[in-house]
Formats: sequence, C-alpha cells, structure tokens
Amino acid sequence: MSKVKLTIDGQKIEVDADSSILDAAKEIGVDIPVLCYHPDLTLHGACRVCVVEDEESGNLLASCATPVADGMNINTRSQKARKARRKNVELLLANHPNDCLGCDRNGQCELQDITHALGIQPEDVDRISGEERVFELDTVGPALKRDPNKCILCGRCVRICEEVQGVSALQFTQRGFNSIVTTAFDLPQAEINCANCGQCATVCPVGAITEMSEIEKVWAALEDDDKHVVVQTAPSIQATLGEEFGYEPGTVVTNKMVAALRRIGFDKVFSTDFAADLTILEEGSEFLKKINGEGELPHITSCCPGWVKYAEHNFPDLLKHLSSAKSPMQMFSALSKTYYPHQAGVEDEKIYTVAIMPCTAKKFEKEREEINSTRFQDTDAVLTTRELARMIKEMGINFNSLPEEEFDQLMGESTGAGAIFGTTGGVAEAAARTVKEKLTGEPLERLNLGFRGVNSAEVNIGDRTVTVAIANGLGNAEKLLEKVRAGECDFDFIEIMACPHGCVGGGGQPRPATNEKKDKRADGLKKIDDESFIRKSHENPQIIKLYKEFLGEPLGGESHHLLHTTYKERPKN
Amino acid sequence: MNDSIYRSHVLVCTGTGCVSSGAKNLKTTLEEELADKDLSSEIKIVETGCHGFCEKGPIMIVYPEGVFYCEVSEDDVAEVVEEHLLKGRTVERLLFREPMTEEQIPSYKDIDFYKKQQRIALANCGKIDPEDIDEYIALGGYEAAGEVLTNMSSQEVIDEIKNSGLRGRGGGGFPTGLKWQFAKNSDSDKKYVICNADEGDPGAFMDRSILEGDPHKVIEGMLIAAYAIGADEGYVYVRAEYPLAITRLEKAIEDSEKYGLLGDNIFSSGFNFKLHIKKGAGAFVCGEETALMASIEGKRGMPTPRPPYPAVRGLFGKPTNINNVETLANIPFIITEGSDEFSKIGTENSSGTKVFALTGKINNTGLVEVPMGTTLKEVIYEIGGGLGAGKKFKAVQTGGPSGGCLPEKYLDLPIDYDSLLDAGTMMGSGGMVVMDEDSCMVDVARFFLNFTQSESCGKCTPCREGTKRMLEILNRITSGDGKDGDIELLEELGHHIKSTSLCGLGQSAPNPVLSTIRYFRDEYEAHIHDDNCPAGVCKELSSAYVIDEEACIGCGKCAKVCPVDAISGEIKSAFVIDADICIACGACEPECPVDAISQG
Repeated sequence: MSKVKLTIDGQKIEVDADSSILDAAKEIGVDIPVLCYHPDLTLHGACRVCVVEDEESGNLLASCATPVADGMNINTRSQKARKARRKNVELLLANHPNDCLGCDRNGQCELQDITHALGIQPEDVDRISGEERVFELDTVGPALKRDPNKCILCGRCVRICEEVQGVSALQFTQRGFNSIVTTAFDLPQAEINCANCGQCATVCPVGAITEMSEIEKVWAALEDDDKHVVVQTAPSIQATLGEEFGYEPGTVVTNKMVAALRRIGFDKVFSTDFAADLTILEEGSEFLKKINGEGELPHITSCCPGWVKYAEHNFPDLLKHLSSAKSPMQMFSALSKTYYPHQAGVEDEKIYTVAIMPCTAKKFEKEREEINSTRFQDTDAVLTTRELARMIKEMGINFNSLPEEEFDQLMGESTGAGAIFGTTGGVAEAAARTVKEKLTGEPLERLNLGFRGVNSAEVNIGDRTVTVAIANGLGNAEKLLEKVRAGECDFDFIEIMACPHGCVGGGGQPRPATNEKKDKRADGLKKIDDESFIRKSHENPQIIKLYKEFLGEPLGGESHHLLHTTYKERPKN
Repeated sequence: MNDSIYRSHVLVCTGTGCVSSGAKNLKTTLEEELADKDLSSEIKIVETGCHGFCEKGPIMIVYPEGVFYCEVSEDDVAEVVEEHLLKGRTVERLLFREPMTEEQIPSYKDIDFYKKQQRIALANCGKIDPEDIDEYIALGGYEAAGEVLTNMSSQEVIDEIKNSGLRGRGGGGFPTGLKWQFAKNSDSDKKYVICNADEGDPGAFMDRSILEGDPHKVIEGMLIAAYAIGADEGYVYVRAEYPLAITRLEKAIEDSEKYGLLGDNIFSSGFNFKLHIKKGAGAFVCGEETALMASIEGKRGMPTPRPPYPAVRGLFGKPTNINNVETLANIPFIITEGSDEFSKIGTENSSGTKVFALTGKINNTGLVEVPMGTTLKEVIYEIGGGLGAGKKFKAVQTGGPSGGCLPEKYLDLPIDYDSLLDAGTMMGSGGMVVMDEDSCMVDVARFFLNFTQSESCGKCTPCREGTKRMLEILNRITSGDGKDGDIELLEELGHHIKSTSLCGLGQSAPNPVLSTIRYFRDEYEAHIHDDNCPAGVCKELSSAYVIDEEACIGCGKCAKVCPVDAISGEIKSAFVIDADICIACGACEPECPVDAISQG
C-alpha cells in the first residue's frame, strides 16, 4: 500500500493512501464523532457530524467520506468544524422526540453521547425547533419494534439489511423532511420477507429499532408463586454479556451469569449448550442416514431461526434439505416441560421456560405453531442478551463482584462442542466431531473454518471424504445457496447462520457491534471449547443419561416427537 | 427524400409551447386550406422545433421572405393563404409588434428578441424539421462526428474542447475538456457517456427545446464525447414529463442507427456506440450526477459522496462522463468551426454562448441564447423588451431555485460564471426571472426554498432538516409572525447548510434566501418590525381595503371582482368592505372608476 503524508491538527502523519481522514485522525488519537458511519458498512456520508476543516480552502469535509491526499492540512478542532458538527446534531435533535428517559437506548445511545460530548443545551435546540415528524410505531411482530420518530436517517439499518444480509427489508422512502426508513408499502416488518435477524437493531445508533421486550412478562412469572421458572442461556451469551458490564468483548462470564440469574430469582438455571449437544446427536444421526443414502444431500442446518425464515421466503425448493431437528432452544424447552418435571417432581403446568438468546428471531421462533411438542407453548419467553443485562441492572446486582457459580444439574452440563454453537462454523465442527468418531472411532482435528464469508473444508471419515461448507450473514448464504440450487457445488453438510459471525453477532447482542468485537467474542467461545474437559457432544454425561432414561435412541419415537419440526413456504415479497 | 421544389416553405413551430397554444390544429387547418386552394405541391409545411418566443405562439414563419407571424390561430389561416401565399401581401395584423416602440416588424431577423441573440446550441431549433435526419445533415450535421472519427485522435478531440474553453452548461461550469480528460485517463474495459437531460429548474426549458428541436445535435455531441473518452455505450437521462422530446429523440436514434451513425463501425472507423434513453421520474435531485447514475441503475435517486468521481467510478461502477444537453449541443460547432472560433465568443473565462429561459415581469419571455459577457441589462431590456408599462425593475433571479436575486445596481453585470458567483448568485442551467416592484423578495425566497426543500432527497442532515427550519422561519415572517433574530438565524442556517451539505442541491439551496437578505434586508426588516410587506404580496401583513363613502358612486364594480364576497351594498348608494372577510388581494382597487378604494 502506498503512503500519503498529511497534517492533522498540526501533527504530521503518514498513512495508507486508501485511508479516510477519519481513519488517519484515529491513528493520532483523535476520535471524530460519527453517526452514519459504521466500519463494516459502505460509506454513506449523510449525517455530516464528522466534518473537519481543510486549512487550505477553509472548506468543511465529511471526514468519513473524504480520502486523505498528499499535503492535506486538516484541522479537526477548529471552531468552524466544531460549530458545524454541533449545528448538525442540533438539527437532528430538533426533529427527534428527545424522550430519553423512556427510551430503550437511554444511556447507550450514540446520539445522546454526541449531544453530551458536544455540550448541546436544550435552548440550542429550541432556537431552531419547529414541526416534528409523527409516524406510527411498528409493534406488530413478536421480534422487532420500529419507532420511525426516533430515526435519524443514518441508513445503517438499510445498508446492513441490503449489503450484508441481502434482504433489503428496509429502504428510504419519501423526500426531504418527509423522508423515512420503512418497509415496502409501509407494511409491518412482521408481514414482509424480514428474517427477524435484528442486524438492523445492532447497528441503529438510537432507539429506532430494537427488540420487542419481554422483560415485564418475565418479571410477572418470577413474581408468581404458582410458576416454576426455568431459564436456559444460549452458548454465545457467556462470551458477550460481560460487555454490558464493562468487560472486554470475548470475556467469558459464564459463572457470574449463572450467579446473576439465581439472584434474579429463576428456580433453575440451565444451559442451552446442553441442548446443543443434543441437537448434534439428533442432527448428526440424521446426517449419517443421509450419507448412507437415506435422504438428499446436502444436509443443511436449521438451528438458526433467522436463516430458517429466510429460507422459507427465498429458497422454498431447498427446505427439504434442512435438518428436521429443532434448534437447541426449542429442544431444551420441550424437555423443560416433559423430561425436567418428570425428573424433578414438579407439575408440568407450573413450568415457565425463559430463554436468554443472542437473537431477535428466537422471539419469532417460539411463536411458531408447529414448533410446540408439549401441551403448552414450549418456550414462554425469550430475552435477548441486552434484556438480561437490563434485568440484572434493575435488580441492582453488582455483576462484577458476583461469585462464580455453576449451572444446575440435569440440563446444565455441556461440552466444548456445545459452546461453539454460538459462533460461525461451530455447528459444523461439533457435528463433524461426533459423526467422525461415531463412524471411525478416530478424533477430529480442528476444522479451522474462518469467521467471515463462505468457508469450506474436507473431513476424511474412513474411506469417505465429507465436504463441509459454512456461511454466515444471509448475503453470503444466498451466494452459497444459489450455487447449490444451480448444482454448481457438491457439499455434503452446510451450516448457515443468519448473522455475521453467527450468534456472537446476533441481533440481540450488546450494541454497538462491529466485526472487530465479534471476532473477539468468537475467540471467547473457542477458548471455552479449548479448555473444556469434554469436547464432544456424544460424551456429555447428561445427554447419555437423557437418552438412556427418557428419549431412547436419536431419531426414535420420543425424540422424533419432541425434538423435530417442519417448515413451510412463505411469500417472497 | 422528396425531390419536389416548392416556391414557399411555411414553418410551423411544434415545440411544446406552441403545441399547447394550438399549433397542431393550426397546421391541420393550413394543410386543408392549401389542399383546398390546390397549393399542396407548391407550398411545403415544415414542423419545426422551438423558436424560443413561446409567449407569442403559435409561431409561423413564411420563407423565402422570412416573415414572422405570431399568435396565429386557425381562424387566421385562410387570410394568410389568400393574402400572403397567393397574393404576396403580408398580413400585417399578425406581425410582431415591438413592446417599447409599437413598431411592427415583418422579418424574423429584425425583431429585437432575435437580433441580439447569437445561436449555437439553438442554431437549428425552429429552422429544421427535427424528425428529418436529412435536414440536419443538409445543414452540416454529423460533419463534426465524421471529422472526429476519421481524422482525429481522441486526445486531439479533447485538446480541441479544452482549447475552446467550453464549460458545463448544466450549472456547475466545470471545464468540459478537463472532464473528458479525466474520463479518458481512467483505465477500464467499459466506459459510459451520459447526457443529463433531467432539466428540473422551474421555468427552465432549454434542454427540452434542444431535444425537441434538434435532437441529432445532442446525439452527435454524445458520439464525439464517447469517442474522446473511449466509451461504447451511452444514456440520455430525460424526464418522462418531456414526451415530445422523448419521441423525437427516439426517432432520431432510430434514424441515426439506420444511417450507420450509431451502432457498430461508425464511419468505418471501427468505433462502436450504442445509445439508450432512460426516462426519469422527475426528481429534481436526479440532475445531480451521482443521483442520476443511481437512478439509471434502478436505485433510489440519492447522491453519494465524491470522490470517487464519475470519471473514475460512475455508472455500474465504470468510468463515466456526464454532460448537460446544452453542453453537448455546442460540441459539433467547436469541431467544425474550430475551438479558436468558439473561444472568440464570450469572455476570457466563459467562452461561447448561454441559453436563458427569460421569464417573469418582462415583455418578451422565452428562450434566448446570448454570448457570455452580455449584460443583464441587454438581456432584460433589449431582448426582453423591458418591464411592463410603468413598472420599475426590482430584481433578477438567475440560476434556478438555487440561484440568487440581484438588485438594480447589478444590471450592468456581464453574464458569466464568475461574475454571477461573485455577486452571490450563479449561472445554473439558465433560469432568469425578472421581478418588478410588485414582487416581495421574502416571498420569492420562500417560493424557491419551498421548492428545494420539497425536492431534497432527505439524505443529509443539513439539507433535510436545515432547509425545513429555514422555510418555517420564512413562513413565519411572511405571515406576520417574524421575530427579532430571525434574519440572523436564517443567515446562520443558510451558511451552515451551504458549507456542510452532501451535494450541490443542499450546497446551493439557501442562495435565494441569503442573496435576498444581502440585497433586500430592509424588506425582511419591514416584515418583521413594521408588520408590513412593502410589495403588498404577503396577505397576512396587508390591512383590509376601505371604500370612501363620500366618493363612492355605488356602481358595484368592486363587489363583482371580490373573490371572497367581502363587498356589499345597494346600487347607487355607497358600498362597504367587511374588513374581517377582506383578504387584501387588491382586486377591487383598479376596478373603481372614481378611485374611492384604498388600503386602510
């Protein structure tokens, strides 16, 4: 990369020629405020909050969108630049509800942070105030809530949905002051081809898109003496929850999380990792049948509800390739209302099952009619990582000083294989470990599939080579599946995760999220796997006990009834 | 081709302006009348493009004499045929009358409106049948393209354009040759040229007239540009509201393809060029290059940050050169007449001519093409025939909705890119609106800002939110609720929007407000501090009219014109105006034969 020399705030600096002024300033420790800019998305240049002054011309330049040039002399701190930034933020605030107290993002809002940093006072906004937009909220679906009145039109949601997910559920419409980000024909997000992945919510700098909260429902259940509230935590939560309490991304906080859940008042604290191991046994058995000629290859995973809904809209012809195994969350929930009350001696109708998930699509998954195998709705409530953090804070629990506690027994034991379900490639790797060892008795070396884009690997199982491919991000999934559809590739096992990086990058994870953070979160899960005493799903003693005492064989009658599901075609619109 | 020799040609303008004043029926009636008199083989009717003098339409010119008839109706046809075409006598009552002197002018070239003009881009408009490629060729059409493709290297072409000093006529004024050079220098397997015909300024119609009146000239300009930069494909981005322009362009492309002037191996040079038309939906912002390209690609017409410039990464990610219609219409002249000849016209830094859409409170409205450096006064008074009787010049607005308003002291300003910019306005695509003492400058600013505000794409904060706030302040001022500090706030917001907006729309949207504050601050102050609109335009600031009971003769004429029925009374006794109903429109005042009505 060729280099460019320039001056920023009087400091001479040499940077890569393809840097922006924003990047270059970062190198000398200057963080220019941004709103529409996001490191993982294309440049938009719309908010004009990152303006800096070109000392030569006196012009204001959007630092995110202006490439560096030789001899440039930039002032990021001039009064002119600071005033212009303030004015643009004031203009945004003049058309913003400014009802921070009741906002989901209060205390974690990028607009609020910038307003504070720039020292903007209410009277600065009052001076220019006038008409404000009034739009209806979209609260129709179970997963996502949109409040267009809070939207600052930064376009991050539009870009991530189009560029990364390839769904384009959201777009700008109208002109000028009436501009709005919305769905086609203003339909509720729940009635279009939205996968509910919630990537829009992870990049939104304000409270315009977020999850439909179920916190109050869960508090009510916890207060109800007639309810026995069981909680499960998805594999990725243990590597992301810490961020809400000041830990570095990727810090593993499993045991503090368990302690926090007990203090909140859950009767039993279990791990979805346990059910991930169970999924591997069911799905692995299914895959084994397919490679033995019973069923069509490729075998495609189905544990990600965002991916499943996307497939129902866009690849109905490939639904027959999807594993019929339920997601770990739903397997766990089915067992929590059958196996668990049976073992624990609790009446099944008293059980209330809460799932802590990295995901907004899980809120939709639990509402699927065909997903229920018990007399009840199998999963009663789904909370995102963010919602759990809020409950912990509401309880006044000092997370950092909590003792380290262990999951409850029966459905709390997990393996390294279960933990890596929370990141891209984890399911494929966990499945391969079990399948290879069951068939050959030989252990599997690491697959070492990359975190980004589409990756593939070959696994030698006896005299047969099994080809494995993974895709994370629906845009990548689309590329891979178009090839499958066209018969241009010959994979045996395909793992798909709707969110970039898999569940560590889920729509319910701490904000703001960047690829850099997601890499660290994934590393956290790999670390759990590396340090696990048991690393193969089929060696999980609680799983062995479960089959022996309750389910019988994988894919058997009881397993089939409780642990498998069906899919249906949905309109492509 | 028809080889008959006619003794006379009757040119009937069928530009959009004349068509809307009845040119199509006029032409049909003329055909019937000629057939009736058995003259069809002696006299040829030619449908032409726009003459520019749309206000006087329908226009008809009879050659070889060159007699110019205006406001010709179907009822006049019989007389024109009988008197002029049969007996050789001019029909005087249909001749143009100079507004200042009342003198009747028979010949096209002697009319002030035309004689001060120098037509390059509009040279063939109104002269040839735009749907007949042979007429274009007969006047030297496609000679320039032939010369370029067979005798010149692409660099020689660019050097010639650079040497001509031609600058973009769409508003930016960027040197055309340099733009071509950038696109040529970009290395790529595929390049595009685009003709920007997304003419969006209210009142401006030069691009439409060129496309309607001389479409081949634009195609030839594009062909030369494509050769110069190495493009083999082009788009004309034209708004769907221009159906006639589109029809004629389609015909022109079809004919050029038939003649081998578009397509493969043009002039046996090995050069290929395919041309498409892309119809736009009429968003003003799509005139901005990056938004225009997004629109062609099927995306929302929204500007993107530059760099990368289109010359590096443009349409479908490929190097692209975009020129305005009028810019392209100058290219053939530069090649055939030479760049030195072109640069002799105009001023040192703004060579050539510029077409203006002259409109407002002026006698002769229409399209005019004048050499750069012509003063505002020459255009307004000599070509435009001055203002209405007894009316005093107040301001001239140039540059379309993003331009500025200049007061009387600038009448001697030569019209060129830099002088206009220095004075606080701009060339823009050539809108020129003349205002007299009856125009309220605050209201004018509000009108233009309302346009840009509603046409903003809504992408960047300052343009989307800022212009709205400015408009709210202007609405407040014009409705009598202005307050101390409003003018300063308008200036603060205006300068802010100009300096931080993403594209040219936002960067220029505050111009009408800032320039009117600069030159007519007293009018703003009168609205705010004295609750007075000096021009009497802002109704909410105007007090009701009253009738002097003593003077009133009870004729009732005032009551008849009152649009809100505020005036009542018995005939032959004094009438009264209900002040609560009166909207102070002033319609009654001139109706009173005894001057009994005045504003209270």
